[in-house]
Amino acid sequence: MAEVSSGGGKKEKGRSKKVSTKIDMTPMVDLAFLLITFFMLTTTFSKPQTMEVNMPDKTDKQEKQPLKESKALTIILGEDDKVYWYTGLTNPKVEVTNYSADGIRKVLLNKNRQIKDLVVLIKAKDVSKYKNIVDILDEMHIANIKRYAIVDFTPTDEELIKNS
Amino acid sequence: MPKVKIPRKSISLDMTAMCDMAFLLLTFFMLTTKFKPQEAVAVDIPSSISETKLPDKDMMVISVEKSGAVFFGIDGQNTRIALLDNIARKYNIAFTDKDKAEFSLMSSFGESVAGLKSLLHLNLNDRNLVKQTGVPADSAHNELKDWIYYARISNPNLRIAIKGDRVSDYKVVKNIIATLQEQNINKFNLITSLEQKPKN
Repeated sequence: MAEVSSGGGKKEKGRSKKVSTKIDMTPMVDLAFLLITFFMLTTTFSKPQTMEVNMPDKTDKQEKQPLKESKALTIILGEDDKVYWYTGLTNPKVEVTNYSADGIRKVLLNKNRQIKDLVVLIKAKDVSKYKNIVDILDEMHIANIKRYAIVDFTPTDEELIKNS
Repeated sequence: MPKVKIPRKSISLDMTAMCDMAFLLLTFFMLTTKFKPQEAVAVDIPSSISETKLPDKDMMVISVEKSGAVFFGIDGQNTRIALLDNIARKYNIAFTDKDKAEFSLMSSFGESVAGLKSLLHLNLNDRNLVKQTGVPADSAHNELKDWIYYARISNPNLRIAIKGDRVSDYKVVKNIIATLQEQNINKFNLITSLEQKPKN
């Protein structure tokens, strides 16, 4: 049996002394809490979230169907967190907005309500930030838009946004 | 004023219960903890409302640093060794067993194949200090393509995630997506952190 003695060894008296079984646990608790703190700080509970992106298959020729002009909404992600958007395809009126709740989200919610089977074309300029594309994909989820595609930014689009 | 006699109480209290609890928690944290692997690059990820969790294993993570440097990371030590073997064959560079062992412990790197060897020769502390230039990923000189290709040979169940910095240019991400699409990978993940869903 483990013997815990708190007093000094006074065995010379010959009679068995009742030793206290209480030990000072303060250092042990100190140590335990120190380790808890360490593990709590190093542990990673929250795994990062992901957003799944499906791009259209470029080799698949089957799926290509012409887009109806009335159903198209184009969003151009510009520099300095600017968002340009227009409906239709030919000679559109380009408007500028931002990523706030009153900005592009309102537009998307309205358009999604007005136009059945809305198709959103997302065009990101090279100078736009990665955050912008994530934000816009997020807005698609928020506005519950099912059909959207990330397409290339073309010089024609450059002309369009220059005039706005 | 009458003198009030305060009985002297013992200040030592029974710590058994507290100790029990402390060790219980300690055990819990020790068992659940998983040490964060050392990242070669710090990336400030954007937030989204997406709640899908990132899978634990079979991940290939392509990180994009603020400056646009591309970092490549893959999990599984055996996968890493198999991948390095394939790359060595493709680029005609011989890696020693020591290099391979070092490589198998690296969670991510951002160096061209030519520069990889000298990176592996550095010790761990120096390696963290070195500014890695990124895996070449533009259309003119694309090594990322080969890394992705051989990584998928080494581990066919691989899932691909892009971890971009908030302020990195979309151009770099566009190149990566184009590289993926070239190999007919049309489904991938963007790593984000959680943000509150707006109420409407």
